[in-house]
Amino acid sequence: MNGLLAAVHYNTWILTTLLALPLAGVAVLALQSRAAAGADAAAKMEIARRTALALFVVEAALSVGLWWSLDYSSIEWQAAVTLPWIPAWGIHYKIGVDGIAVVLILLTTFLMPLTVLGSWTGIREKPFAFYAMLLLMTTGMLGVFVALDLALFYVFWELMLIPMYLIIGMWGGSRRVYASIKFFLFTMLGSLLMLVAILYVAFKTGGASGVPVFDYDLLASSAAYPAQAALWLFGAFFVAFAVKVPMWPLHTWLPDAHVEAPTGGSVVLASIMLKMGTFGFIRFALPLFPSAASDPAVRTVMVTLAVIGIVYGALVSMVQPDFKKLVAYSSVSHLGFVMLGLFAFTTQGMQGAVMVNLNHGISTGALFLLIGMLYERRHTRLFDEFGGIARVMPMYAVALSIVAFSSMGLPGTNGFVGEFLVLIGAFRTVPVATTIATTVVIIAAVYLLWMVQRVIYNPLARRENAVLHDLNWREVGLLVPLVIGIFWLGIYPAPILNRTHAAANRVIERVGGVPEVNPTELTVRQ
Amino acid sequence: MTFDLALPSGLLGAVAPELILIVGAMALTLLAAWRPETDAHQRSVGKAALWLLALTAAAVVMYAARGASAAAPGIIAVDGFRWAADLVFLAAAAATIALGIESNPKDRFVTAESHVLVLLSAVGMMILAAARDLMIVFLGIETMSIAVYVLAAMDRRSVRAAEGALKYFLLGAFASAFLLYGIALVYGATGSTNLAVIGETIARFGLTGHTMISIGIAMLLVGFGFKVAAVPFHMWAPDVYEAAPAPITAFMAVAVKAGAFAALLRVWIESLSMMDAAWLAPVWWVAVATMVVGNLIALSQRNVKRLLAYSSIVHAGYLLVAVAAGTSLGTSAFLFYIVAYTLANFGAFAVVAALGEPGTTGPAIPDFEGLWSTRPWLAVGFGVCMLALLGLPVFGGAGFFAKWYVLQAAVTSPHGLVLLAVILVLTSVVSAGYYLDLVRAMFMRPRPEGARNPAVPPYTRVVLVTSVALLLAIGLFPGALATWARKNAAVTPSAARSPFAQGR
Repeated sequence: MNGLLAAVHYNTWILTTLLALPLAGVAVLALQSRAAAGADAAAKMEIARRTALALFVVEAALSVGLWWSLDYSSIEWQAAVTLPWIPAWGIHYKIGVDGIAVVLILLTTFLMPLTVLGSWTGIREKPFAFYAMLLLMTTGMLGVFVALDLALFYVFWELMLIPMYLIIGMWGGSRRVYASIKFFLFTMLGSLLMLVAILYVAFKTGGASGVPVFDYDLLASSAAYPAQAALWLFGAFFVAFAVKVPMWPLHTWLPDAHVEAPTGGSVVLASIMLKMGTFGFIRFALPLFPSAASDPAVRTVMVTLAVIGIVYGALVSMVQPDFKKLVAYSSVSHLGFVMLGLFAFTTQGMQGAVMVNLNHGISTGALFLLIGMLYERRHTRLFDEFGGIARVMPMYAVALSIVAFSSMGLPGTNGFVGEFLVLIGAFRTVPVATTIATTVVIIAAVYLLWMVQRVIYNPLARRENAVLHDLNWREVGLLVPLVIGIFWLGIYPAPILNRTHAAANRVIERVGGVPEVNPTELTVRQ
Repeated sequence: MTFDLALPSGLLGAVAPELILIVGAMALTLLAAWRPETDAHQRSVGKAALWLLALTAAAVVMYAARGASAAAPGIIAVDGFRWAADLVFLAAAAATIALGIESNPKDRFVTAESHVLVLLSAVGMMILAAARDLMIVFLGIETMSIAVYVLAAMDRRSVRAAEGALKYFLLGAFASAFLLYGIALVYGATGSTNLAVIGETIARFGLTGHTMISIGIAMLLVGFGFKVAAVPFHMWAPDVYEAAPAPITAFMAVAVKAGAFAALLRVWIESLSMMDAAWLAPVWWVAVATMVVGNLIALSQRNVKRLLAYSSIVHAGYLLVAVAAGTSLGTSAFLFYIVAYTLANFGAFAVVAALGEPGTTGPAIPDFEGLWSTRPWLAVGFGVCMLALLGLPVFGGAGFFAKWYVLQAAVTSPHGLVLLAVILVLTSVVSAGYYLDLVRAMFMRPRPEGARNPAVPPYTRVVLVTSVALLLAIGLFPGALATWARKNAAVTPSAARSPFAQGR
């Protein structure tokens, strides 16, 4: 495989192609929408979704090579490209990946076709625009994972904002306008503070030369700011990323946005966009400001906020009457685990954090897709309206159970690996917080099992539910890859851990944590 | 190409672009008065005015390309900053006339003189960009303003326009008086109105703490504050902007402001740069007040012209941040910003003009509802302009890098303006509230029953498409414009030891 990839110079063009293909797709959709101006709504929907699916499948197929081409023992950037973009301001088109980025890129490229399938029948209004927004967002998300120039990174970071805003606001539920503007304002507030911080860092490092330095490697290797300034800068990055994670108490946009967004929007939001926040910490906030990040006070605050998020998210999930809202709040809890793993400053914790990121992407994405399937049939998401659905939709019941198990971290599923790694990694450095977080695993089981019970078990009391038809081939087809992922990562996570080890170690060394030497030790634990 | 400004012939050569424009404008005045007011007549005068602007622009470009310069400093600057600013003014004037040709008849006035007045006002701005003497500054301000006062009152049948114009005129006259008084005090203290001489005198005699100059500077600031509509001297702007026809509003919001800023920058940097202590704090506070108040009041506006009026106040605040930076980076940020700002505003006002109904003060937010479903490209174009004013990358194109440049100037300023930069970004989060309100109306609401979907006439369409295309193109590749802005930023600082000498 590697020989083939090298023969086609895969590493030189792959990242740029992954970024450019969705943009080309937007142009294709725009042309198609002109051509189909006179057609009826069903025909338009058919054209738009097929084009989008084809584009995303190609994107996924192209990206697969990264899995093999990645030299995961190396700490060099891979598939790197550097071109001048705005030389007058010292801004370059510099992109590249490490193991952590590759994992998240593959998560993105594989989830996007499933997202299209999940939106297959749900998006009837203005389908061309909807899929164009998904494509634009894909470029933005992948761009964040690959950008190695802070200015470029910021452009991609903000690029995601408008498509998501429009997806929530144009195709969302009844309170969509409120949810969309809330999402936008929260995100923008954080981003703009980060922008000032980026400029400050760039000019500080550029120094007397007058040309600012936005190059990630130069910044990460030379970063030395006065302690006070470093704290402020870290704070600015923290706000930007913490909103996206979302960390308590900056999470309040999330339930609104998730609940109001259409299924496709929720999946992208939960599975990929939330990862931007934690990825931002791993890639930027920690390595750029190691002194501030490892400051005991800062760390205590971070770990405390993470634990509050874990507990709060779980407790609030328990009392939700709305299926989607429950999953939304469970995200707050899961992402709290990620933050705990990050600020444990151990390789295991960091790798666990990446793992939870990945698992959350798969499990929560699957949950939102499942919610969407039920919503299309019943047009409600309230638990009171369901019950006994397993009797009429057995395949649905199986899928929901598996995904719920994965989400609560049952051994054998992917959820277990991530949370377990985070907890053992974090116990070594922050035992008290970890102990509290561990108890939440029980609460997670409570709300998820209760959710499963209220939806698919209980008596089949309502007549509307008795006539529901089970999953069709499209729905089964889009769930199968997710279920495979759940078990594969649960039983044999070594390939992921191998790929993230070097990258995690590099960050840990940077912040003065406890790097792990032996990667194979982790892989035998299963 | 070097001009000896001490000789009349050299001076004449140095102001040739202005002369072309003003002589042409005089000729057009006669042409405009030649025939009765009809639509066809105002069209032909408008077209002639566009050609005249093109000719003037060609002269400016030629001077810029040949690197025209002055043998010795005089009352007129012959430098890149002047040509760069001139091009922005000329483009804004051309867009105003192009929009006016089609939108004035809709507002039921076909006065051909309105186009000529735009030209005359543009002459005033060009003089402002060139002025290296406070008297010339005053001359430019008055030439520019008087034409604009008349433009504001152009719609004779409208009571609101009359009210707005009168307000504008009275307060504008008041502001001019402040300016003149400030000039007099500076003259009294230094014995000169020439910017370079003022700077030298201050440096030689150590007048930096001189009370008379400080008061003079305060007066000058008040005068300029009125012209750029900075808080607390902004009260006239919303009424005037709302009442004037849409193209004229755009002209006032963009070009008049840019002209005043160009002069302000030159005055500060060329003659008063050692007076940081006197002017930095006032400019700082005026910038903060302008950004905060403008943004907060804009949130509650329903009339789009009025909303854009407050938005223009806000942007004056952002530009004041670039002024406060007081470096050549600040000057180049100003040039970059004003280009992006001109494009975004004329794009937006093209749509406002197209949607405007006769006999109203322009469209309100509900008139934009659901525009996307009936006029998708119009909605996208207007959306891009709003996001540009908001300063979002890619979708807002050049607007983002404009803000970026101003932030750069603030962060690197020797005056330590990081806090000002933070205030800038925090207030621009507030601005998302109203810019996105329009986006929301267009994209997330259904088109109301019976809403008109006016066709976009050709000139208006050209203005809109050009603005949006340039915004997006610059947003992807801002390098060329950045280099242009940097190259033309070099306003000669008053003394070598001035902090403005180094670009940092």
